[in-house]
Amino acid sequence: MGRPWTWQAASRRFRCLRWLNRTGCHGTKEGCADGDCGACTVALVDVSADGKRSYRAINSCLLPLGFLPGREVISVEHLADGETLHPVQQAMVDCHASQCGYCTPGFVMSLFAGCHEGELDDHTIEGNLCRCTGYLPIRRAMQRLRETGMGNDRLALAPQGAPLASAEMASRFFSPLFIDEALRLKQTHADATWIAGATDLGVEMSRGRHQEQTFIALDRIAELQQLAIDAEGVSIGAAVPLRRLEVELAESVPALVGMLQVFAARQVKNRATLGGNLGTASPIGDLLPVLLALDGEIRLTGPTGSRVVAAHEYFVDYRKTARQDDELVVAVRLPQRTQHSAAYKVSKRPSDDISIVAAAFTLVLDSKGYVQHVRLAYGGVAAVPLRALAVENFLLGRRLDAQTLTEAQQQLTQAFNPLSDHRGSADYRRDLCASLFARFVAEHLP
Amino acid sequence: MSGASLKGHESARGHVSGRAVYTDEQRAPTSVLSAVPVQAPHAHARILGIDASAALAMPGVVAVVTAADIPGENDTGPIVHDEPLMPSDKVQFHGQAVAWVVACDEATAWAGAAEVAVRYEPLPACTDIAGAIATQAYHRPPAQVSRGDADAQLQKSTHRIQGEIRIGGQDHFYLETQASWAEIDSEGIVQVSASTQHPSETQIIVARVLGLPANRVVCRSLRMGGGFGGKETQANPYAAIAALAAWRTRRAVRVKLNRSADMQMTGKRHPFFARYEVGFDERGMLQAMKVQLVADGGWSTDLSPPVLMRAMVHIDNAYFCPHVSIEGLIAKTNLPSNTAFRGFGGPQGMLVGEEIMDRIARHLRLPPHQVRERNFYAGDGSSERNTTPYGQVLCDLPMRELWQELKASSDFDARMLAIETFNATHAQRKRGLAITPVKFGISFNKVEYNQAGALVHIYTDGSVQLNHGGTEMGQGLHSKMLAVASRCLGIDVARIQIMVTSTDKVPNTSATAASSGSDLNGQAVKAACETLLARMRPVAATLLQCEADEVEFADDAVFRRAEPSRRLPFVEVVQASYRERISLSATGFYRTPGLSWDPANGKGSPFYYFACGAAVSEVEVCAYTGMHRLLRVDILHDVGDSLIESIDRGQIEGGFVQGMGWLTCEELRWSDAGKLLTDAPSTYKIPTVGEVPEAFRVALHRQRKLPGAQVIFGSKAVGEPPLMLALSVREALRAAVAAFAEGTAVALAAPATPEAIFSAIAALRAAASEASAVPAEVPVP
Repeated sequence: MGRPWTWQAASRRFRCLRWLNRTGCHGTKEGCADGDCGACTVALVDVSADGKRSYRAINSCLLPLGFLPGREVISVEHLADGETLHPVQQAMVDCHASQCGYCTPGFVMSLFAGCHEGELDDHTIEGNLCRCTGYLPIRRAMQRLRETGMGNDRLALAPQGAPLASAEMASRFFSPLFIDEALRLKQTHADATWIAGATDLGVEMSRGRHQEQTFIALDRIAELQQLAIDAEGVSIGAAVPLRRLEVELAESVPALVGMLQVFAARQVKNRATLGGNLGTASPIGDLLPVLLALDGEIRLTGPTGSRVVAAHEYFVDYRKTARQDDELVVAVRLPQRTQHSAAYKVSKRPSDDISIVAAAFTLVLDSKGYVQHVRLAYGGVAAVPLRALAVENFLLGRRLDAQTLTEAQQQLTQAFNPLSDHRGSADYRRDLCASLFARFVAEHLP
Repeated sequence: MSGASLKGHESARGHVSGRAVYTDEQRAPTSVLSAVPVQAPHAHARILGIDASAALAMPGVVAVVTAADIPGENDTGPIVHDEPLMPSDKVQFHGQAVAWVVACDEATAWAGAAEVAVRYEPLPACTDIAGAIATQAYHRPPAQVSRGDADAQLQKSTHRIQGEIRIGGQDHFYLETQASWAEIDSEGIVQVSASTQHPSETQIIVARVLGLPANRVVCRSLRMGGGFGGKETQANPYAAIAALAAWRTRRAVRVKLNRSADMQMTGKRHPFFARYEVGFDERGMLQAMKVQLVADGGWSTDLSPPVLMRAMVHIDNAYFCPHVSIEGLIAKTNLPSNTAFRGFGGPQGMLVGEEIMDRIARHLRLPPHQVRERNFYAGDGSSERNTTPYGQVLCDLPMRELWQELKASSDFDARMLAIETFNATHAQRKRGLAITPVKFGISFNKVEYNQAGALVHIYTDGSVQLNHGGTEMGQGLHSKMLAVASRCLGIDVARIQIMVTSTDKVPNTSATAASSGSDLNGQAVKAACETLLARMRPVAATLLQCEADEVEFADDAVFRRAEPSRRLPFVEVVQASYRERISLSATGFYRTPGLSWDPANGKGSPFYYFACGAAVSEVEVCAYTGMHRLLRVDILHDVGDSLIESIDRGQIEGGFVQGMGWLTCEELRWSDAGKLLTDAPSTYKIPTVGEVPEAFRVALHRQRKLPGAQVIFGSKAVGEPPLMLALSVREALRAAVAAFAEGTAVALAAPATPEAIFSAIAALRAAASEASAVPAEVPVP
């Protein structure tokens, strides 16, 4: 059963996994320290305002300890009640779902969180790599849990964490509760880095970088957690975990959710945020082409006030954006107007991989079939996510007949000058720019 | 619980609760020193000097060890002594450790490693097979396997085709990276704990490096978090570093590579390049075959010669070819030294064989499955079409019946028709279906490795300690050995404690490899148990007032066979034996009978028997992207009388998915300078659950007639063979690609990544349009 822990001794930039191992919890394993294998999965307990507990599988290798004060973490060591295994563990034993056993604790924790959240499908364990079993017996254990449930889980009755007061800001890891407080901290600590889910920075930190960095964590600011859907569109708080978007925007923004489904594993989506994606502005950030295609508007707040930047003006150069260092991404607004929109991702492995090319398209035709509005946006083809503006202009006002399409495709293969790297060649990327658009048209304009 | 009722892995409860301990967790990390590598940033370079003074001045850094600190021989080569533990003059691959920093903890050690100043003079590097071929840089003279006169018969063949193919390597990606720790005990014995598949070799190499006799080194292997061949020889250097650092500092030292260092420094499945020429008749029957295989050995010899040989003797797979000439070479490159990986060259050889089958079928416009089955060995011990190119006669290969059974159970013919319909109505999505066989030779090619030992103690309370020479890496060997001991002694599994594999319990063991772990160690355990039973039987006979040969040990009791109701508890017989001064400790030993192998001529009967199976895979390929989905898999695999069925199924399913990864999404990429670009799971993609179809049916084939070989309790080896069942995925992908355009050959790269499939479709469409002189089909709806 869980126990309280005080923090004086441990650095808040220390990652949760190392801390667990040092305190003797070596059931939680390091398989990669990159957030890609899931062997270190633990369940982070979120308690909502009305006291409801939610269980989020997360990669403990990426999470700095600074995120944890006042929160409850459940690791594999705490599931069994003496010699009585937890129902999740028992299902794994009964289905012969372990071989070498090194990845097993991570699967157990993903299934544990999945059980609590009523989400038991392949996506529950997609972020866990197993090299021995071929996943089939683990899937069978999951099916059994889906059928039988896990009964009364004594861990669901565990004590809640104490709420964190803003005052508790030791070390160089700050957890403000309000936006203005965050901005003030940034004024005082100009070198501080905003940190949201730590799924990108966590990789850097686990590789020994940013050890001396000051962080301002954004995950406890309620204003950044808001998600609003209205007739004109949706407004997404910068620190809303992507998993929440995947669940709550399924109907309203299918293109975004379509991309989210292939964006990353559950553990990462439970922590990663749209604000974080915009902050790191990686050219292969899969959501960024979607924001371009949907004419997203990015709201920034800084010491001198707020402003809105259109997505296509936001990305300036490789990992450089229109955001000033002391500005914070507060929210993203996606206007609601698109007739046809979809997002595609091509990667070496269909599940949980970094894209070779990501693309998002929107298309509005008038009643006679002429193109009224079009966005062709791509990631992975340049230093920043980009729209194929010339091709958009070519298409505008034309009828989408076979000849126009062929011509558009030819133009798309020439629209960018991508790199060759270990993920794919430049030629392949060029061809994909064209063929993904062809696929979009085929699937949406029968 | 009796032996038969051990249903799963003995450590399963430990696995799921996190209580199962692995090598690096045996000691608290803060109680031992940590060693990390100083890695070279060049693939090939002369070392001009190493200055560790800045690192040594850092608080917490205890030592920096280099080649100069090695008291014994600076070599860890398992066959050829060409593998320095640390180079003294030349760096041979990018990321090679030129020194190790030993510090109070890992973070401090890494900080220290960054401060070690090494001066290099870069040298020209050879970083792929093509480069080695161009400069004729090979590790060894060519190896040969041949029969008949392939050259002459090729000239006379009805049809003749030739081709070449590059086959990619594969990282083991065991979830537990290389791990070892060592300390010098009070008696000066070097105690090494290593995540190793071959404790005896680790012991010998630690002793070699420290200049000690082997009796001063003990190596233990607890449980590994996966091995797959990657810890057969390649665990040795890290154990040697831990031991060397412990020797120098007189303190316990641990080595646990982080993921990237592990991927950069350890060898992988060998990439291969193959050229072939094959002659066949109008029915697709093989007439003659000439193949050259070049394996990328990397910088040192390691296990490359036997890996290459296993590839050469598995090109035939399940097919008879009368005239064969196979030549094999090992390219010497400035890359990590490639090594054992589940299948040990067999998969690469078999891939070439299946490539040839498909080429023949498409050339003749015959269904590939028909050409495959026409070429099968008879498999019945007869003299016709039944001898492998290396001269081994196949006496009991159930391939034909297994094949027909799987075709029926997988509904193969009907699905083939359904796919034709699907493909006729989909321009940009095509499906493919393929069936491929696996015949895999069981035994180490090198005859002397086919031996094993065990040590069994019975204590006076009736409890038993079981030691054997095999290592547990997840494959369930310990569970199977428990089942064997329990079955032999007729006692509950709960009475038996399996012990950590240790060189002071069972010496001179072979690697747990070549799928032979259960076959070899199982017989050794059985022999030890039978010795103990033979000693206790007369004591029991006296107690039961019968003849010794009437005594039965079963159901945790001892009784007269004719009178099973009158039972003595096992412990009573044990205690009576003790009182009679009967030894209750016994060793067991086994050597596989009847093996022969002449490596110089590539002739003999190196395999005790052959494991076999077949698989049917169905895929769907998208022409817009080259991405695919595996829709369904049907497997029928022969495991004989399975010792523990759940474990054998686990090997079949897991092996298949690992093979599928090798053939599809797992792609190793190197920079031109020889730096591994795919050194983390963010860039090197092993399959996830999402790549494994729900429709995945595994059935166990039970051979009706008794096998010619006497394997432990009628079981069959299952560790490696199922990996090659995944060739059905590759052939199904090829069938799907072939459906996009007319053609008589479909080139498909290995691995068949989305880009490779996209290119294959484009090439096929281009060739078809050239042939029919109409404009190229572009992907327009």
